[in-house]
Amino acid sequence: MQNDLHHFGSELQRVFATSLRSIEIKNNEITVTVEDKELIQVLEQLKSAEKFKFDQLIDLAGVDYLEFGTDEWNTETATSSGFSRGVEKASFGRFTFDDAKQNTNIDGPRYAVVYHLLSIANNQRLRVKVYCEDDHLPILPSVTPIWNCADWYEREAFDLFGIVFEGHPDLRRILTDYGFTGHPFRKDFPLIGHVEVRYDPDQKRVIYQPVSIEPRINVPKVIREDHRFEDGVAEHVDETSAEESTDV
Amino acid sequence: MSELRNYTMNFGPQHPAAHGVLRLVLEMEGEVIQRADPHIGLLHRATEKLAESKPYNQSIGYMDRLDYVSMMSNEHAYVLAIEKLAGIEVPVRAQYIRVMFDEITRILNHLLWIGAHGLDIGAMTIFLYAFREREDLMDCYEAVSGARLHATYYRPGGVYRDLPNEMPKYVESRWHNKNDVKKLNAARTGSFLDFLDDFTQRFPGCVDEYETLLTDNRIWKQRTVDIGVVSPERALQLGFTGPMLRGSGIEWDLRRKQPYETYDELDFKVPIGVNGDCYDRYLVRIEEMRQSNEIIKQCITWLRANPGPVMVDNHKFSPPSRGEMKMGMEELIHHFKLFTEGFCLPEGEVYSAVEHPKGEFGIYLVSDGANKPYRLKIRAPGFAHLASLDEMSRGHMLADVVAIIGTQDIVFGEIDR
Repeated sequence: MQNDLHHFGSELQRVFATSLRSIEIKNNEITVTVEDKELIQVLEQLKSAEKFKFDQLIDLAGVDYLEFGTDEWNTETATSSGFSRGVEKASFGRFTFDDAKQNTNIDGPRYAVVYHLLSIANNQRLRVKVYCEDDHLPILPSVTPIWNCADWYEREAFDLFGIVFEGHPDLRRILTDYGFTGHPFRKDFPLIGHVEVRYDPDQKRVIYQPVSIEPRINVPKVIREDHRFEDGVAEHVDETSAEESTDV
Repeated sequence: MSELRNYTMNFGPQHPAAHGVLRLVLEMEGEVIQRADPHIGLLHRATEKLAESKPYNQSIGYMDRLDYVSMMSNEHAYVLAIEKLAGIEVPVRAQYIRVMFDEITRILNHLLWIGAHGLDIGAMTIFLYAFREREDLMDCYEAVSGARLHATYYRPGGVYRDLPNEMPKYVESRWHNKNDVKKLNAARTGSFLDFLDDFTQRFPGCVDEYETLLTDNRIWKQRTVDIGVVSPERALQLGFTGPMLRGSGIEWDLRRKQPYETYDELDFKVPIGVNGDCYDRYLVRIEEMRQSNEIIKQCITWLRANPGPVMVDNHKFSPPSRGEMKMGMEELIHHFKLFTEGFCLPEGEVYSAVEHPKGEFGIYLVSDGANKPYRLKIRAPGFAHLASLDEMSRGHMLADVVAIIGTQDIVFGEIDR
């Protein structure tokens, strides 16, 4: 399987040489990153070429990389105080837009769209990733003409992330409420939202009002860089080889 | 002569045949559908965003609530994604238990589907029959997890606990007299596997009963044959998976083509349809129930012969036993860290898919090395199926829309997420 993937990877490299930014094989899965200008041309070829034949678009997902690699709780050094629940405004979008931390770890583009393709003829999966160049107006060409099922998936990515798909026949919101504002899956959109609805007995109708819930973080996000996985595997190995593995 | 005009009809969101909270805006010419525009999202709970703010283990319960008629299959995709990223090998016994419960879940799902689908298009009795068998299977859920629906039974590294040695029993009450109780407990005297074994002996007879009611029934055929025909090419183009794809004659089953857990060691057949209409999809699902029953039988035989651990022995992911935790410092620390902070997964991204009763259920997991998912995308099979409703119902009568919604096996928990 792993060999097959490498073979498949070099085949992709050969065919699409300049259009691919990178090819990565990890966890038995293959991911290619494509230049947004060449997206349609690459996907069309992936669908129609006999040796690829990716006849199904299984999934289309938007990703917002704004908070990638930022944690809420320092694990490098010991602290003298505990993590107090829900008061540290450490993370983007946990509370309101105003609290948003200005610095971010990412230097590349913020939004990406990930296509999961499946070839039934060749029993092969492929992940195609494309970054949106403009962070303020993320825009990509629509793939609905290639795979018709992209219609709703693109509407979903537009609704939740605000990614615009050029050439989509009917780019409306799909999952959120009628008249909703904002794109809720962006990392700077608070989990508790901005508004809540309730029935107002005086006005005798349902009204919107700013949220009244107290935000809480029960478990802080931590990033452990201590090679727990390598250690976990090495636990059953004897001392010497465990030391060797840490050297690597 | 007055001018003829199309008119727009609103169907749902509160309608018994809408299978939840589907709002359909139908453009009609007389009684013929010109355009169908499903409005979804009325059950949107932002499961994916909620999961991003919780440690990995705390989101397993959310998975149950996605497709709330096939709970364990949803969990399965989620724990598989975590295991793939962390590189955990699950004990074989746990794999067999998972396969067995996946198939129990498939029968549960198809029973609800056949009941609801039948009820929608005019067959009342089938609903009562299907729920009779569902009761036994939900007792199986209850016996292993304590919950009849939202089990949270699969965990990264295995399953929560081994199969119980005895089944819960009925007791005498104002509603059940002594004779009733004796009859109800007849199959429950032995272990869990004995109870399930007894069920698998009875079940093919039950499926025969359903078929007697429907398969050659003239009204049933009039309502389903040649309704919602999808060609194999269109089925691929529309992103169909599972019984919807197989109903159109494409032989594709992840259990066979990309086997996970122990499916490659089990013997089962993959039924496919010919015409791609509602009737073929009905036949496919009926046969799937029979095949699932066979798989369960094989799992029971294996599980009886092979006792062993059901959880991986790596306390970075699975909590140590209570006894160990109270006696050892190391175990206490592991317990504390697991239940406060959870575990961190290495940076990376994975996609894991299972053959869910409704189609391909996938989890796309992006991790930045933290104890919470950075991004979790749920690929729900029903989402792609419902998206095709417009195409499938065009040119059909209003009453056929109900048959098409039924054949798509729509559940809003997974579509709206």
